[in-house]
Amino acid sequence: MSELTLIIGGNAGQGLESSGAGFCKALNRGGLHVFSVQDNRSRIRGGHNFYLIKTSTEPIVSWTEPVHLLIALTAETVDIHLGKIVPGGAVVYDPSLEIDEDRIKDREAIPIPLPLYDIAGEAGGSKMMANTAALGAVAGLTNFPIKHLLSVIEDNFRKKGDKVININKKVAESAHDHAASKFGDSFKFNMEQQNGAQRMVMNGNEAISLGALVAGCNFVSAYPMTPGSSIFEWLNKHADEYGIVSKQAEDEIAAVCMSVGAAHVGARALVPTSGGGFSLMVEALGLAGMLEEPIVIVLAQRPGPSTSLATRTEQADLLYAINASQGEFPRIVIAPGTIEECYECGGRALNLAEKYQTPVILMTDQFLATSNRTLDKNNIDLGAIKIDRGALLTDDDLDKIDGEYKRYKFTENGISPRALPGHQNAIFKTTSDEHNELGEIVEAADNRIRMNTKRMKKLETALADMNPPKTHGLEDADITFVCWGSTLAPLTEAMNRLNNETSNTANIIQFIDLFPMPVEKVMPVLKNRKRLITVEGNYTAQLGSLLQMTTGVKIEEHILKFDGRPFSPEYILEHLKKLEKRGRNG
Amino acid sequence: MVEVQDYYYPLKPTWCPGCGNFGIWNAFKSALANQNIEPHEVLVVSGIGCGSKLPDYTRVNSLMTLHGRSLAVATGAQLSNHDLKIILAHGDGDGYSMGGNHLIHACRRNIDVVDIYQNNKIYGLTKGQYSPTSDKGFVTKTTLAGSIEKSVNPIALALAAGATFVSRGFAGELEHLIWLIEEALKHRGYSMIDVFQPCVTFNKVNTYQFYNKRVYKLQEENEYDSSDLGAAFAKSQEWGDRIPIGIFYQKKGEPTYQEHLPVLENKSLVKHGLRDSVPEEIKNEFM
Repeated sequence: MSELTLIIGGNAGQGLESSGAGFCKALNRGGLHVFSVQDNRSRIRGGHNFYLIKTSTEPIVSWTEPVHLLIALTAETVDIHLGKIVPGGAVVYDPSLEIDEDRIKDREAIPIPLPLYDIAGEAGGSKMMANTAALGAVAGLTNFPIKHLLSVIEDNFRKKGDKVININKKVAESAHDHAASKFGDSFKFNMEQQNGAQRMVMNGNEAISLGALVAGCNFVSAYPMTPGSSIFEWLNKHADEYGIVSKQAEDEIAAVCMSVGAAHVGARALVPTSGGGFSLMVEALGLAGMLEEPIVIVLAQRPGPSTSLATRTEQADLLYAINASQGEFPRIVIAPGTIEECYECGGRALNLAEKYQTPVILMTDQFLATSNRTLDKNNIDLGAIKIDRGALLTDDDLDKIDGEYKRYKFTENGISPRALPGHQNAIFKTTSDEHNELGEIVEAADNRIRMNTKRMKKLETALADMNPPKTHGLEDADITFVCWGSTLAPLTEAMNRLNNETSNTANIIQFIDLFPMPVEKVMPVLKNRKRLITVEGNYTAQLGSLLQMTTGVKIEEHILKFDGRPFSPEYILEHLKKLEKRGRNG
Repeated sequence: MVEVQDYYYPLKPTWCPGCGNFGIWNAFKSALANQNIEPHEVLVVSGIGCGSKLPDYTRVNSLMTLHGRSLAVATGAQLSNHDLKIILAHGDGDGYSMGGNHLIHACRRNIDVVDIYQNNKIYGLTKGQYSPTSDKGFVTKTTLAGSIEKSVNPIALALAAGATFVSRGFAGELEHLIWLIEEALKHRGYSMIDVFQPCVTFNKVNTYQFYNKRVYKLQEENEYDSSDLGAAFAKSQEWGDRIPIGIFYQKKGEPTYQEHLPVLENKSLVKHGLRDSVPEEIKNEFM
């Protein structure tokens, strides 16, 4: 097995995000596995950004901190990341950055001054193409076949025309040759092509979008907000081909209200956003609950409150998502942890919303939303998501309807057969006021009790569709980590390392279905554990609180993180040691 | 033929006796019947306030939403099923205060809805606070020394935002209001009708008598050309002894928002049904 982590770092505006994503794709075409982390500052130009790619000939569980190859487009990149470079690693930089070579050599790493800007210029390109030159150099240093990079360049620049394609290819090739001939022998880590693989490289937002598309999503409304926007952009890109109405709204209030209107008349509506936008949506979240409209909100978390670290990651909106809005109404909250789960949840959320005629919140975070990972092509089964429209009445049903149609008919399970407006046998009212079965405004206490009970009953009914948490690792272990969402990947790597050292040290309970909490299914999984530790990206251990609230199980130990950066396996292991030290000291 | 009676619904309005909403309600039903639109083809989207209760008393499909948000909800409904005739009914507080931003964007998008504002220049349901259309100097329980703010000019606002049908009616001019709503129903694109709606309980200034003395009909003026945006702007500024009602501006033939979307070219979104599969080739994008 050979594996390597590379970082390409520089200023915002130097095209790191597209270069990084493009290189992930190139590596995938070369049969290698990838796992990336995107780290941006909140600005269009300037400020340190980086894109980390871990690549391997074997499947990758998680990104890890040690870096083998650092591509520095700015001197700041060296300052920030040099501490993570491994012995034998290398730092590639343009000589114009005037990096002190001794600092690199002190780390037993190899300084590789490469005239990236000159190479780009000589090949007929601009300074902006230094990133393309850098990727070419990476291929040259690691023996990775340049053809995969060139093919990605062709695909990515197709819209810009042959001239741009050819210049970029020339820049990449020239940098490749330069790096290979001058430094190829000194850098020992390779990324050699593997044959026969049929994998895809995909991030969380793309997987959610694809899942939603397969599940019939045909209406998406949004106000741009990192890191939710790329779901909107992806569905928008496919709108004409797949028959989607995609509407950018004037604000998030309008975006979610549009989804309520769309759902009301029968569209499958999805609204991607992040915490600030979700905050604006809260009143309409309650509206959807009251009107019993099926909408899906994708809440891609970032640090809060307010603007905070706008382009970074956190998991601090869990209890908010579960409790947001005045009053009580049923809602469903799910949070995938892997790319495959993002795909499944993207489809499942739309089905759950329509089945229970209520809002569903699909939670991710910036880390999962933007992290590119390879997965087997067959891991995404386009036939696996079956559209379930729940108790939706068809025109045929309505043709045969006898007597007055009651949109909010009292039923045992709380779900009322749902008509769409437009049929002459079912003219019906809906209102955000408390209402009777006909949707008329009614303030009577007995009706309020019955109607509110009917709505809340759906929460109980939905428990049938709520899955118990997943478990990872052997059943019996000294430590059981409890997590949700993006934390799973680095936590799994941490678990593997612990178990490699001493078998059966650790295992993981991963929650995807968070609300309503299926307590009866959760208890057998949670009980009889020797030691429970939650691992979450927030200050207050919100999953721990939720579990205590719903199951009565109080988890005393937590590994938390709220610096806006994703968990790494190293961070988890280091903080586990701290917990143990604290435990011994009483 | 559709009759006004087809819109009868056995719920009695809770409006105060003499409320301007009765006139608007009657005109609304008559206009729909005159245009031969059947109740099941209509979706009335409203907000919160006295006027927004209109659909509760009418045999139509209704979606009574949040204060200020009805235009956004209506936009989603309209783009998903443009076979429905979507009509909004909401007040000045709902539409011009909370909903002001949505109004601007609905105008410039030319969303194909009829948007009726029941403008009583006061907050009625919350019992008598000033509204965005209350005149400067207007005394209410939250403007004890008279309102300091200029009132919103809905006509000028809609014109500036690019609306293709901008009009004003008066609840006391029933026949004129019926005609106006019919014209709005016939118009393709966003149609605004700002309606003077006397609030007999809380607004003692802008009464039926106040308007009866002042309103005149633009379309009875020989010189007035409602296709002239400049003239419409000029008329929108007229306020005092004479107040114009009628169609200030109409631009015919401008494509509506949904007409720009290839997806909606042949039929409305919900008529397409949901796609039953996505081809395996989509995976190539990720390879």
